[in-house]
Amino acid sequence: MKPAAKNGSAKSDTGKPRLTTSAMIASIAGEGQRTKPAPFGRALVELAKQDASIVGMTADLGKYTDLHIFAQAFPDRYYQMGMAEQLLFGAASGVASEGFTPFATTYAVFASRRAYDFIHQTIAEEDRNVKIVCALPGLTSGYGPSHQATEDLALFRAMPNMVVIDPCDAHEIEQVVPAMARHKGPVYMRLLRGQVPLVLDEYGYKFELGKAKLLRDGYEVLFISSGIMTMRALEAAKALEQDRIDVGVLHVPTIKPLDTATILEACAKPGRLVVVAENHTVNGGLGEAVAGLLMREGVHPAFRMIGLPDEFLAAGALPTLHDRYGISTDALCSKVKDWLK
Amino acid sequence: MSNAPLGYNVSLERRAWNIRRHAILMGEVQGQGYIAQALDIADVLAVAYFHAMRYQPDDPDWEGRDRFLLSNGHYAIALYAALIEAGIIPEDELETYGSDESRLPMSGMASYTPGMEMSGGSLGLGLSIAVGKCLGLKRKGSDASVYTLFSDGELDEGSVWEAIMSAAHYGLDNLIAVVDVNNQQADGPSTKVMGFEPLTEKLEAFGWFTQRVDGNDLSAVRAAFDAARAQAGRPSMIIADTLMGKGVPFLEAREKNHFIRVEAHEWQLALAALDERKPS
Repeated sequence: MKPAAKNGSAKSDTGKPRLTTSAMIASIAGEGQRTKPAPFGRALVELAKQDASIVGMTADLGKYTDLHIFAQAFPDRYYQMGMAEQLLFGAASGVASEGFTPFATTYAVFASRRAYDFIHQTIAEEDRNVKIVCALPGLTSGYGPSHQATEDLALFRAMPNMVVIDPCDAHEIEQVVPAMARHKGPVYMRLLRGQVPLVLDEYGYKFELGKAKLLRDGYEVLFISSGIMTMRALEAAKALEQDRIDVGVLHVPTIKPLDTATILEACAKPGRLVVVAENHTVNGGLGEAVAGLLMREGVHPAFRMIGLPDEFLAAGALPTLHDRYGISTDALCSKVKDWLK
Repeated sequence: MSNAPLGYNVSLERRAWNIRRHAILMGEVQGQGYIAQALDIADVLAVAYFHAMRYQPDDPDWEGRDRFLLSNGHYAIALYAALIEAGIIPEDELETYGSDESRLPMSGMASYTPGMEMSGGSLGLGLSIAVGKCLGLKRKGSDASVYTLFSDGELDEGSVWEAIMSAAHYGLDNLIAVVDVNNQQADGPSTKVMGFEPLTEKLEAFGWFTQRVDGNDLSAVRAAFDAARAQAGRPSMIIADTLMGKGVPFLEAREKNHFIRVEAHEWQLALAALDERKPS
């Protein structure tokens, strides 16, 4: 399913309707897809009712990270730090050092690029109990490289002490929020905000920190995926049934620490094409993490990676961009069919 | 207010002198170190640890303590000297300074050293952490204060000004910051590397209670800490103008440098020069 986008009036060179740039707060949900509103903000409110240590902090992006819902429920537990991401994370470290559990939100680009040293030194090195929750992960904004966090997983994977989570949908985010709080130490979570797709409830899925889960099995192809790419992989698997291609999907929401045992076991099944699909540059994300694991452990299935190219991506409408850069459901299907030829 | 083991009858002059002596001994162990900075800031640390701050030497994590955040991690040699003098670190541990397995690394880190509240070294971090600690302490209803020391070179860092703005915004009167203006950073005199004057006026305009003192005048520093602690509704900044190498005349006179050269035989000379000036 493609994310919904508005049609512009003119037609593009390819003859298709020219789509307008996806809004900053565009939902990643496709037309007609089941969604839930603001699962992060709502889950945090529920958690904060039980846990008095929870506080919310942001750098002028409360409304754009669904933290405004927490702010409305707990105005005295909400800290607006202004448009200052270095301050946000340094102060979050200080708040955590006094026994609180801050959930600090901004866009993934700002946490991973602008505030990296602050997170590295004041949160990861000091092992502070800060939960970093960041919207617009990977290619989920049409605003171009300034807003497209295509390398956040690589950067945070490289940081000692940091747990890295890339949830798929609203059902998962609701479960990730309390799990983040139960883990004592720094956590980075990629956030889907607004009207968030609802997918994994149909699979009886339960999130466990550090665990990969097989959502469906298949003997010809195994997708290994995280985040919205699990949604795409499930859609592709259904579509490929029409071509009598049997596709499994292993969802790996915890990028670090990686569930090496489950991944190795799944990849050791003979005769199956393994395709890692990620909403992230092919450099240093889930694909290379899995590839490195397989190489180190001597497990060598047929192996392919689907991810964003090592380049600055274009601005525009998300459906157009996801097609162009090969992370749409259609792109997944056609690549798999090509690779099986 | 201090619960230091030697009691209340030791003068601040003697505390500062002891801190300088511990620092020189550590510098000799390593054959290097930011000794000129340690000597310039010893008076400020003496007032902080033996006049202003509340702490329990045998329980560095005591909840009721005042927090001290060393933003300029390379000043660790100075803070270790103060922590030794305060009885938080055993004196014989100074022999390990900067050595393998030591709790006293060259650049201060929270997980290594009792009494070290943050990992400094990457400059411009301390004030942001201090803002968070002050917010947290107020949430808890604690009357503890947060003291933070940073260097004039750190004024170049944008994050310092982010924190300065936010501390005033939140009215953090539990925050007392000290900036060491020794006018020396890595590439030369701080005011030439990147001009920051007029600093008092800037900080006042940012909403801080701001005092500028001779950072090597103990009674002036003590009065500044007292006035800062009496502030309500806004954070306090003490701009401490200091002299690098203070207390050891040949180091005071040495060509100013971020990392001053001290020859192997000069550590004992520095100690002798200091000993000649031992206060009662």
